[in-house]
Amino acid sequence: MKKFLVYILALGASAVLSYGKVNIVATLPDFGSIAEIIGGEKVKVTTIAKGTEDAHFVDARPSFVRVLNQADILIEGGAELEIGWLPPLVNGARNSKILGDAPGHLVLGRYIQLLDMPRGAVDRSMGDVHPAGNPHFWLDPENGKIIAEKIAATLGQVDPKNAATYNANLKKFIGELDQRMAKWSKEMKPFRGVKVITYHKSYDYFAKRFGLVIVGQLEPRPGFEPTPVHISALIPKAKQEGVKLILIEPFRPRKTPEYVANAIGAELLVLPEKVGGNESVKTYFDLFDYDTEQIAKALKGKP
Amino acid sequence: MEGVVVKKISIVVLFGLMVAPGSMLGAEQSVDIEALKRELRELKQRTQDLEKKLEQIELSGGAGTANIVSNGSTNRSNALPSTAHPEAPAQPSAPAPDEGMVAPGNPAVAEVPEVGAPNAWSPTQPIGIGSSKNFINISLDALMAAGSSTANDIEALEPGGHDPKQRGFTIQNLETTFDGKIDPYLRGQANIVMQITPQGETTLEAEEAYLETMSLPWNLQLKAGQFLTEFGRLNATHPHAWDFVDQPLVNARLLGPEGLRNPGARLSWLAPTPFYSELLFAVQNSQGETAHSFRSDHEDNLFFGRPTTLGEFHNTGDLLFVPRYVASFDLSDSQTIMAGASAAFGPNGTGDNSDTQIYGVDLFYKWKSPRQHGGYPFVTWQTEAMLRRYEAGAFDGDAALRIPALPNETLRDYGFYSQVAYGFRKGWVGAFRVDYVAPYERSFYETVLGPDPDRTSRWRLSPNLTWYPSEFSKVRLQYNYDHRNQIGDDHSVWMQVEFLLGAHAAHKF
Repeated sequence: MKKFLVYILALGASAVLSYGKVNIVATLPDFGSIAEIIGGEKVKVTTIAKGTEDAHFVDARPSFVRVLNQADILIEGGAELEIGWLPPLVNGARNSKILGDAPGHLVLGRYIQLLDMPRGAVDRSMGDVHPAGNPHFWLDPENGKIIAEKIAATLGQVDPKNAATYNANLKKFIGELDQRMAKWSKEMKPFRGVKVITYHKSYDYFAKRFGLVIVGQLEPRPGFEPTPVHISALIPKAKQEGVKLILIEPFRPRKTPEYVANAIGAELLVLPEKVGGNESVKTYFDLFDYDTEQIAKALKGKP
Repeated sequence: MEGVVVKKISIVVLFGLMVAPGSMLGAEQSVDIEALKRELRELKQRTQDLEKKLEQIELSGGAGTANIVSNGSTNRSNALPSTAHPEAPAQPSAPAPDEGMVAPGNPAVAEVPEVGAPNAWSPTQPIGIGSSKNFINISLDALMAAGSSTANDIEALEPGGHDPKQRGFTIQNLETTFDGKIDPYLRGQANIVMQITPQGETTLEAEEAYLETMSLPWNLQLKAGQFLTEFGRLNATHPHAWDFVDQPLVNARLLGPEGLRNPGARLSWLAPTPFYSELLFAVQNSQGETAHSFRSDHEDNLFFGRPTTLGEFHNTGDLLFVPRYVASFDLSDSQTIMAGASAAFGPNGTGDNSDTQIYGVDLFYKWKSPRQHGGYPFVTWQTEAMLRRYEAGAFDGDAALRIPALPNETLRDYGFYSQVAYGFRKGWVGAFRVDYVAPYERSFYETVLGPDPDRTSRWRLSPNLTWYPSEFSKVRLQYNYDHRNQIGDDHSVWMQVEFLLGAHAAHKF
């Protein structure tokens, strides 16, 4: 009974503390992290997907129906990344503030130049190809700027009386991002042109920004597990290309990546692709701090 | 000169089209095949000549015709070499009207705006992801079973409407689903289901067709049309989303082989609790075979020893009322529990004043690894228990059928199922289900007419293994150990295959 009272009190306290704040729900922790930086004290951010999990297969847990029901702003990536779990949550939430073209509904993918736009018609024999383009776009800090701009604009529209604060925070964010970008670029500069294999097409934006060359994926097709046939064709190709690094997300199985890394003499790096991917990656800035550092460490001394 | 070449090509193509089917007919009509062959050779030669000519034209920069050849099968303007129309800005091609009827979830036909266009891109300019139209999602889901059983009465052994119905093959469910936003206020969904009976007949049913509001005030939501009643957890779920080949016994016996569904309306309220909690109240028609325990005539067969009729609708009390409350908690970051209680009240077909009440509780638990890859690993546990109270009306008896007069009596039946599923690696799920149904007490009519298979107690154990090659297909192998009082034990093995074409809306938790 005591426990229950404490629980109720805690709920009441959190309700009071969050009262008057703009309620933001972000599908991914990366959008959430940027929203926290732009919104500062004026917002309360809830993130649906965990940094450690596969963003394509998040559970539509009913608790998020309630969270979305009370949201002032919903930030999603779009490009079908969340298509398997977000629509039932939004349907259940019955909240006009985050529906369709409402000012509180921000679909970031609409404002970003997506990679891997299919050249022709795609069909499912090609695997889970996103017909709208590659949705893992937050791994390019330049896209992070666009995300921040759009979040600031959305916040300014939903909460106009604090628009000046959001704009100031945006300026600060972009300033800091530029500063860190210089550092990240410097750190990555020696490795421009290094050839890389990834598990899934998760790091394409990162690679493009920092000059890594992705020569293949461990997945034979997007969303499909590695097959012996694919791996036995990938190994000689990787050897020929001189692949030095294999990048996998924290949630991937290790066995096949380890096998391929051994076979081609490359470094295997478990690299967070979302904020929260491991304990050291708590913010959007941390993500690149950590990832560039890890890559530099892995490639140091490699000819 | 270019125009002439185009014309020639189209003549060749047209001629080819006319010759092809003609030659097939000719096989029967003893046409001079040799002559046709000669003609074909000539055509081939001519085509080759034309191709050569075209290549020359292409090389000399005649882009207009080149486009027709290189891009004959698509309507994209982007295949045009950029030198073709230097005066026209290369805009992304607008989708043809007939392509607009397909959602972005359907990659097969989704129109993709081309980014490679020479227009300078600026960060503030919308790119326009996905199809430019998203009016309706269309999908076709096919669910098929094959297998065998030691039972000779498979239709009684497997009482569910979408269960395997015979040794050999069963087409369980061919479901066409349409869904989409209707306007700024409503979304709509329709599921049209086809089945092939053991007699080889194809049946068609409008399983669901309803609208649902998107944002009514006060956290309300209204659903109206023909829909699966939200009673418990499984009843409102379509067969292709089930974890087993067949329907739980308790659902088939108490809610009906086809599940509980009828035209009506449902209002739901999302309660302002810190956790998820929803109160639902449905009002639906109470008659027909999809209201098995209510005003159904059971296709003129006796039900509980009595004839049943659809009866007549006198007042609102003759409708079916279904309240439900469901709540959910996150036990941790990776564990969720969902619990519900439902009831259904309505008249039944055994008399003017005879009613039925069904009560149910359901529980669902899910653990999903916080490091899930492709949605795996996970564990789910799902249980439903139901109790039915059926007021069977008095019956004067029928001498021809050798049925004596039967008094009013109340028949109480109950049952439950409990199932666990373990997704142990990507695409692989092992599951186990326990089923049990039984009467609460013996009835008078059974002491006269003998045990009624619609009431005798029975149980079933079902282990199975499912492999999902992708999210759009599955192969399942299931073993059923059935025990039926008065009948005995039976063993069945069923294999199930599913495929899904098109854009299918994501399922609820």
